[in-house]
Formats: sequence, C-alpha cells, structure tokens
Amino acid sequence: MKFTLSWLKDHLETQATLEEIVETLTMIGLEVESVDDRAQFNDFIIARVLTAERHPDADKLQVLSVDTGDGKPVQVVCGAPNARAGLVGAFAAPGTYVPGIDLTLAVGNIRGVESHGMMCSERELELSDDHQGIIDLPQDAPVGTRFADYAGLNDPILEIGLTPDRADCTGVHGIARDLAAAGLGTLKDGSVEPVKGEGACPVKVTIAEPDLCPGFALRMVKGVKNGPSPKWLQQRLLAIGLRPINALVDMTNYITFDRGRPLHVFDAAKVKGNLTVRRAKEGEKILALDGREYTLTEENCIIADDNGPESISGIMGGEHSGCDEETTDVLIESALWDPMNIARSGRDLGIITDARYRFERGVDPAFMGAGLELATHMVLDLCGGTPTEAEIVLGNPTHCEGEIVGEAGHHYKEVDFPFSETKRLTGLDVSRDESIAILKKLGFMPKGDDKGDTVRFIVPSWRPDVDGKADLVEEVMRIHGINEIAPAPLAALGSVSQKILTTGQTRSRNARRALAARGMLEAVTWSFISEDHARAFGGGKPELALANPISADMAHMRPSLLPGLLTAAQRNADHGVSDVALFEVSHLYEGDKPEEQHRVASGIRRGTAKLQGSGRHWSGKAEAVGVFDAKADALSILEACGMDASKVQIEAGGPDWFHPGRCGTIKLGPKIVLGTFGEFHPKVLEALDVSGPLCGFEIYVDAVPEPKAKPTRTKPRLDLSPFQAVRRDFAFVVDRAVEAAQVTRAAQAADKKLITGVRVFDIFEGASLGEGKKSLAIEVAIQPVERTLTDEDFEALAARIVENVGKQTGGVLRG
Amino acid sequence: MTDVKSLETEILAAIEGAADEAALEAVRVGALGKKGTISERMKTLGGMSAEERQVMGPALNGLKNAVTEALAARKEVLKRAAIAERLKTETVDVTLPVRQSPAEAGRIHPISQVVDEITAIFSDMGFTIAEGPDIETDYYNFTALNFPEGHPAREMHDTFFFNEKEDTSGEKSRMLLRTHTSPVQIRTMENQEPPIRIVIPGKTYRCDSDATHSPMFHQLEGLVVDKSANVANLKWVLEEFCKAFFEVDHLKMRFRPSFFPFTEPSLEVDIQCDRSGTEVKFGEGDDWMEILGCGMVHPNVLRSGGLDPDEYQGFAWGIGIDRIAMLKYGMPDLRAFFDADARWISHYGFRPLDIPTLFGGLST
Repeated sequence: MKFTLSWLKDHLETQATLEEIVETLTMIGLEVESVDDRAQFNDFIIARVLTAERHPDADKLQVLSVDTGDGKPVQVVCGAPNARAGLVGAFAAPGTYVPGIDLTLAVGNIRGVESHGMMCSERELELSDDHQGIIDLPQDAPVGTRFADYAGLNDPILEIGLTPDRADCTGVHGIARDLAAAGLGTLKDGSVEPVKGEGACPVKVTIAEPDLCPGFALRMVKGVKNGPSPKWLQQRLLAIGLRPINALVDMTNYITFDRGRPLHVFDAAKVKGNLTVRRAKEGEKILALDGREYTLTEENCIIADDNGPESISGIMGGEHSGCDEETTDVLIESALWDPMNIARSGRDLGIITDARYRFERGVDPAFMGAGLELATHMVLDLCGGTPTEAEIVLGNPTHCEGEIVGEAGHHYKEVDFPFSETKRLTGLDVSRDESIAILKKLGFMPKGDDKGDTVRFIVPSWRPDVDGKADLVEEVMRIHGINEIAPAPLAALGSVSQKILTTGQTRSRNARRALAARGMLEAVTWSFISEDHARAFGGGKPELALANPISADMAHMRPSLLPGLLTAAQRNADHGVSDVALFEVSHLYEGDKPEEQHRVASGIRRGTAKLQGSGRHWSGKAEAVGVFDAKADALSILEACGMDASKVQIEAGGPDWFHPGRCGTIKLGPKIVLGTFGEFHPKVLEALDVSGPLCGFEIYVDAVPEPKAKPTRTKPRLDLSPFQAVRRDFAFVVDRAVEAAQVTRAAQAADKKLITGVRVFDIFEGASLGEGKKSLAIEVAIQPVERTLTDEDFEALAARIVENVGKQTGGVLRG
Repeated sequence: MTDVKSLETEILAAIEGAADEAALEAVRVGALGKKGTISERMKTLGGMSAEERQVMGPALNGLKNAVTEALAARKEVLKRAAIAERLKTETVDVTLPVRQSPAEAGRIHPISQVVDEITAIFSDMGFTIAEGPDIETDYYNFTALNFPEGHPAREMHDTFFFNEKEDTSGEKSRMLLRTHTSPVQIRTMENQEPPIRIVIPGKTYRCDSDATHSPMFHQLEGLVVDKSANVANLKWVLEEFCKAFFEVDHLKMRFRPSFFPFTEPSLEVDIQCDRSGTEVKFGEGDDWMEILGCGMVHPNVLRSGGLDPDEYQGFAWGIGIDRIAMLKYGMPDLRAFFDADARWISHYGFRPLDIPTLFGGLST
C-alpha cells in the first residue's frame, strides 16, 4: 500500500515529522517498507531558454542559451523540436543524475559545440512516457527554483507492507485513523454529503447471486466531458505507481487508494439493457481492461448486460464498456462482493488488481453508498454532467451476527471486552479510561453502559478482522505501545530438567556424530526427488506425488535417502571431488500417513573414500570402497543407537537397488529389519546417471527397539577370570557357498561358556582345495573359568569345534 | 711372572681388537675355553710347589678376572655399537604425512549443529523437543490454526499439495506438505495437558524458489501454554534465546504488531544489528533486521487443541533455522544448504566432537 505524505495530510491534521510518522506506522503494525523522499528531483531547476540558434553542424540540433536564474546563461545543445526562445522548462546541470536515461550528466561536446547541461523531457524525469519534446511550463513558472517544488514532485512516498487482516488500511483514510489513535494528530472528517440526483437511474440492477453480492449501488452521470485528469491527481497516481488514463478512470483509482473503496465506471452508451449480477456460464468469455481475454467458469461472478459479461465482479472491468475520452454518460458502480469468491476467482483467473486486493480482504459495507456519492462528487468536479438518483440493491450480507444493522444490510459485530484481558495476555497495565479512549479513536463504540469492568463494544464496519476480545487486546496493546511491555522471566520449573529428547531424537543426534566421526560429511538433500529416482528405490506411489511440484526433479516424496545422496556424490565428482563420503539422517516416506514417515540414517561412499581416508597415500594402495565399508558404517550407527552390533543377524541379499551378490540385510530376529547395505546395482546407477565405485547403507532408526526400562543404572558385575586366556587357530575347508557366519556360529556353539569369541582371520581359495571350495581360518578365544585347562581339555574342546563345524557346514579341518 | 704379564697384554690387546661379538667369543674361547691359554695355565697349578702356587695362583686368577672384565666391557661396547648400527638402518623419513583422523575429517551440517545449539538453550529453559510429520492434512496445517477457508493468508503460503484422493466414504481430501511447523502445536495440545513448553525444529515446504527462498527450509516453532504465559514472558524467552544463540551479552529487540492467523495479538520481531561491514554484527549498530514472528496463541487455536481459552493461554513463535544459521555463521546463500557440495560442507560444517553445550559454550 503506497501513498504520499501530502495525501496522508488530506486526512490527518498533524505537526508530526516524516520520521515520526514512519516510526509510528511501523510500531502500530503498519510496517513501513520504504520511504522515497524523492531527492532525485532536487537538482532539476526551472530555467528559461533565452535564445535558440541552429547548430552550425547539425540540422536537427539547436544551441540554446539558458537562464537558470543566477544571471549567468549557460550554453546547451538540444535536439527537442519544441525547444525555442522563451520556453520555460526543467534544466539539469552537469553532475545531475537523470533517472530516465540512467546517466549522470557531464559537460558534453556535441558536434563541436559544448553543452553545459540538458533541458529535460518528461520521460527523462520518469514522469511519463512523453518524449515528443522537452517539458514546456507556463511562463509564470519561477525560474531558478526547484522544478520538484513547482511540479509537486517533492511529496515523499511511503509504502507499507500491509498484513492481510488490515482491510481498513487499504485506504489512506484508514491509515490516518490509526495514526490519529496513536496520538500523531487528528483524523479529518471523512463523511460525504449525498448528491442530489435528478430522476431515477435508467439502468436497473438485478442481483441473481445474493450470496456473492451483498450490495450494489449504481448511478448515471449524464453529459460528462471526459479527458485527462488534473495535474494533482495525475501526480498522486504516478507517485504510487499508477498510470493516469482519463479523468473517470483516474477517479476510480484515486478513491480506491483514498478510501479503500474500489469502484468501476461503465460507458453507459455501451451498456445494453439492464445489469445483472450472476455467475458466469461455463466457457463464457470476456475481454478485460488489461487487453486479455479470460474464459470464465461458474465459480466467477460477473456483471452482465444484454451483450453478455461486461465486468468480472470486483476484479476487473470489461474492455467493451470501458470509459474513454468519448464517454458522455457514465455509470458509476460501488458494490460489495463476497471476499472468498473474489479471492478464488482472482486466483483461478490469475488476475491481481487493486480492486481484488481490497475485496478479498473485505471492503467497508457502510461506505458502499458513501463511496458512490464521493465518486459522483469527483466526476461532477472533474467532468461536469448531471447525476441521476442512485440505484441501490442489496443481496445477502457477508457477516450475519450482531443486532445493529447498517444501510447495506450488514450487521455490526459486538465484542465483550473485560479490561483485565490486556493484563492477562500481555502483562501490560492499561487503565480503563485509556483503553476506552484508544478503542473509540479506532472506531469501536461502547454499547450501552461503559462503566463496568467489562464493556460491550460495537466493532466498526471497516474492521472485518476483529472477532473477539483477544483482537481488542491487540488494538489496545499496539496503540498503547508494545515497547512498554517489560520482559518477564518464565517461571522456573523448580527442578532440574528431565530428559528432553525422545529416544528417536537422541538416536538421530548420535548417528550423526558417529558417522561424522567416521570421516563422513553430513548432507541435507531434498525430501522430494524425481519419479524415476523414486521408482528405482521402491517408491513412486501415487499418494506421494506432488500435484504442483516446482520441477519434475522434485515431484515425489523420497522412499529412501540414497538417490539424493548418490546424485549428490555425482555432482561432487563432476566438479572434481570424486572421493566423497556423504550421509544424511532424516526421514523417508513410505506413505502419506504420519506413521509412514520413518527416521532413517543413510550414507554412501564413493571412489576411495574409506574410513581411514581417501585418495592415494604412500602408506598403502588406494582401494575402491565396497560392501564391507558400507557394512561397517551401518553397524556403527546401530552401536551409536545403543545396540550391541554382535547381537544382530546379517543376511545375504537385500533390496534390488543393490548388487545382488554384494549386499546384506541387518535383522534383529526373523521380523525386524534394521537396515541394508551394499554396493549398487549397475542398472540403478545407470538410471540415476551416476557412476561408481559406490557403496551405501540405510538404517531404519525407528526399527531399533526402545531400550528396556531398568530400575537402576548399575552395570552388571564384572567377573574377571584368574585363569589365563588362550587362543587356538583352526582352518576349515568348506563349500564356497558356506557363509563365514555359519562357521563362526558353529564354532561358538561348541562351548558357549568357554569360547568367548571367534574371529575369521583368513580366507583362501585355490585349486589345491578343489573345485568350489574355500578355506576359512578362524581364531577361537577360550577363557577358562573354573580351572586351568589341561591338554586333554583342549583336545576335547577342539574336537567338539571340528565336529560342530563339520555337522553345521560340511567343513573339514584343512590338512 | 713376565710370562703372565705378557699373556695378559696379549689377550687384552686381542679383546680390544675384536671387531664383533664373534671375534670376541673366539678370544674368550682362546683364553678361557677348556683349552684356552689361561685354562691351560690354570691346569698347571696342580703340579707346582706350594711356593710357586702361592705366587702363580693369584697371578693367574688376577689374569682371569682382568680378562673376564675386559671381555664383558668389550661385549657391552660391541653390543651398543651393533644396536647403533641397526638403528641407523631403521631410520625413516618422519616428515612423511600421516592420514588425518576420520573424526577430524567428518562434518556435521550447519542445520544439525544449529538445532543442537537451539536444543541446548531451550532445554535450559525447561522446554522439550517435539516433532510432527512433514506430510500433513489441511486441517492441521490450516483449519485448526485458524486459517479460514479461502482466506488470503492461505494463499500466501504457496503450499505444495498432493493429488486429491477419495476415501471409502467418498470424502475427498488432499494432503499437503506442511508450510510451517505450527501443526505440531495442535498435535501436541491434543496429546499433552498443559503446562506445555515445547520447541519444534523441522522441515517445512513452500513452492517458492529464488535466491532467498528454497522450496524446502527449516523452521523452529516454540509453544508455551499454561495459565499465565503472556507477551511479557514471550519477550523474555525470545530475548534470552537470541542473546544465548548469537552469544552476545546484550541485544536490542524490537517487537512490532503484525498478523498471523494463529496468534492474537501477533508480533514481528526485529533485532538490532550493524550491517556497515562485510559481516552482520548483532548487539550493536542502528539497523534492524526482521528475524521472527510470534504472538499469543489465538483462542480458536487453543480450542482446536481442546483447551478452553479462558482457562489456558500461551504464546508461540516461529523462526527460520537456516536463516539464523546464515546470520550467525555467515553462509551467503540458502540454496547451498541443500547442494551437498563436499567443499561447502567441509568449510561451513562442524567437527563431529564439537557438541554444543551451555556449560562449554555453544560454539568454540
């Protein structure tokens, strides 16, 4: 919402400085986004052309002698056709910045003649598009003074960022009301004298959709003379960024901004028959004032005559019945529209106008008639003519509570306000009297007795945003001053805080730190990925597809973090960082329900980015990452989540985005899947357009069981055996398909008490072992608990190990 | 006697001349071995007269002792020389680089670090951390938060929607990506009796993308509901938070009236800053920077959460996590947060063991 300082002062009697006004606006909730003091015009001076001679070397140029008021005429080369001796215009001296050509002037030399400045056109000052000639002022314009002062260009422009609730401040009058309430002056009377019309309005109005149109006021002014509007009006419109068109149209724009009251004018000669407010027929078309044709639906409300749609209600008028310089009889419309319908229509049609902006916030119903009267006054002032009486038709009012009914059929809301409410919600002590005074200045009137602790207030018709006592607290607080509220500590809880994170949150934190401590970089990637990538990782469900994605690459909620990390790795590789280890701890989406959003810790390693470091190093070969790197990462997260990694089962195989022979699934018991890891399937890498070596893992953090609640924090007793621990090595020849885990499990099972660990220390395959065989060497750790073991004991134990492994895996002791 | 003397001289010279342990051993055997020169002489003692023996005995024993000592001394010298020689061959170039510890190479993303900082601060004020789903219903994201159907404020949210679906009863609905973390206010009130003190860090989404907007970003929501929480408390909480977060002793804040459908009164908050240099400094200067929105929980929102607004009251706020991370740590561009560029993460990320605490300082 833009306006100028002088415009504001039309409505506010004030001695306040611009600075005070700006500060106050911001502090009462009308945040000033910019102030243009228009200093860019300060250097332009009114000057008179004394002589104009033909340039010796150019037919179209003249050499002017210009009096800038200081008695020392300057020489200016000028190409404007209207430059002539005696012309009074706007002069820019060397050093002046000229906005229309984005140039700071210097002394020039044009075809051998020096030019000490410039006589400017309106376009060069960005006043209009006019570049036919230089500015031609009346002869009495004071030479030597600032052009801006003379032309009214010294009027500062303010722009406030209006919050969507403040319908009342879409007009300058409403802003002035707020400032007056805040003590910055006195609000001027904004009431409008009715116009005495002659005869009934010849065009009648029928409201076929009373819910969409609470009221419609119409009047004809006959015999107007339309043309350019006066300078003051044009300047105000230009200052707020509107282009003057003609007096009738400029008048509607002016009142839109002056009072937040949008209007429309029809050229009566082009309106056929009477007007009907109705829903558009499906597919009905209208050429609007912006020169574009819109195809309407039944959702759109229109004003139609016998020709068809003439206006999109409350949004934009039609080109066909618009007013131009030929208009002699004008129909002025001041109507009320259903805010929700306007918002939806405007959005569906993609039209943003000053009218829509106001109607979707809610236009003051009590000013519908007054708006028509004000518009009529202005038309009579600017264009003359004879007004008819107003035709006023009411539909159904938008708000229906409250017993007092206004002229447009609207009901006034009433709010009971206990004065203690301000203290309760804000901590601020505002007296009863001050509260009443503030509310009255804002237009809230006490209903009946205003002596009690609670007073009933009638909400002004221009405040559709106010519904309850909390709204009145806000009014009192913002006008009294928020800065008056002294910060007050929250009550202490009286005890040391208990744990404030859930198990899941703690696990996420721990997983992050654990993975970062393994040399990985934490990434945050998009929650949405392309449909192809989602499908490659088991996703792509229809309920996870966005209806309005910003691009096809961000169209589906991810079923896994891996595709995002894999493509990120490729991007890194593309700019030369080929060894990269990335992880992310976030969510994946199995469906659109809350319980289908799962916490997951996932990571990938690319190139040689192994735990101990990446790239070539003198200490050893730079090996490519593989399934075991991913497995180690995966298990480290489980441990960071408080699990004993030795208690989980590793099963060969996993989801089909992994290499089928180089991936595994981590399980807890037969049902709980804790995660998967592996190298990637080439077809998946191809689908993602990424290249390896790559390995990755995914741990479903939420699947890790909650730790059991324990009565104490005591750790189990530590019993240290006094007997020496020993190690024995065995090498078994087994079928190639036999898994190491089967062998170690079998060895372990030989004596669960004595055997404290089994470790695979060598794997060998070779022709000497026979086709399809491999040798697996294990080291068995034995801890005697009751007595030192004898040779016979060891032999018996070794025999049991060999027997058990043989039974479970078919393995035989290697000879 | 001269014989013994000359023998001693001879043997000691041989010991001294032994170049290595093998040579020394040969000398020892030659002198003290079974057939060694000294051993042989010792054997002759038995055949001597008592007088002779009295002279030769001590002489030979003296010889034996001297030789034994010399052998031991020489052996020690040779051993040391051998060790010195071996060590010399074992010399390596210690300037060769070692691998960096993975715990030093890894990095925590600034968003996670900042969330940990926020957690540290609010836990000190008695808050717990709440969460909610990214995929929300229209009810939780808008209706329950007092966004009337068709209200322009809804449009301002640039919502990502999912496709419309029909349930078994023919009811049509469409899910959406939450546009703010505020739905968790309702979900919490539905499940927890006041007093409520929660902060909600999480991902939020709006279909808006340019230099300062990202379609996905992170927000921190705060909610306090009890029987007395008011704007004065709100001001205190936010001032304490901002001071602690930006790690400055004092910080001027400016509260301005504003509008959010789910709070009444609603406020926007600016913090004092100095933008004159290349970095923004907080706690000094005469510029203001808008940093967050807040207000008293709207009575309709309390009602949505099943609470009576005449009995309970509270305040809420929302702040951009990415934004305060950028302000504190100087990242110039929001979009880089989600690029997963290793160079960016290594530079702007945090070491895994730098865990923010209040007792040790949030950042180091």
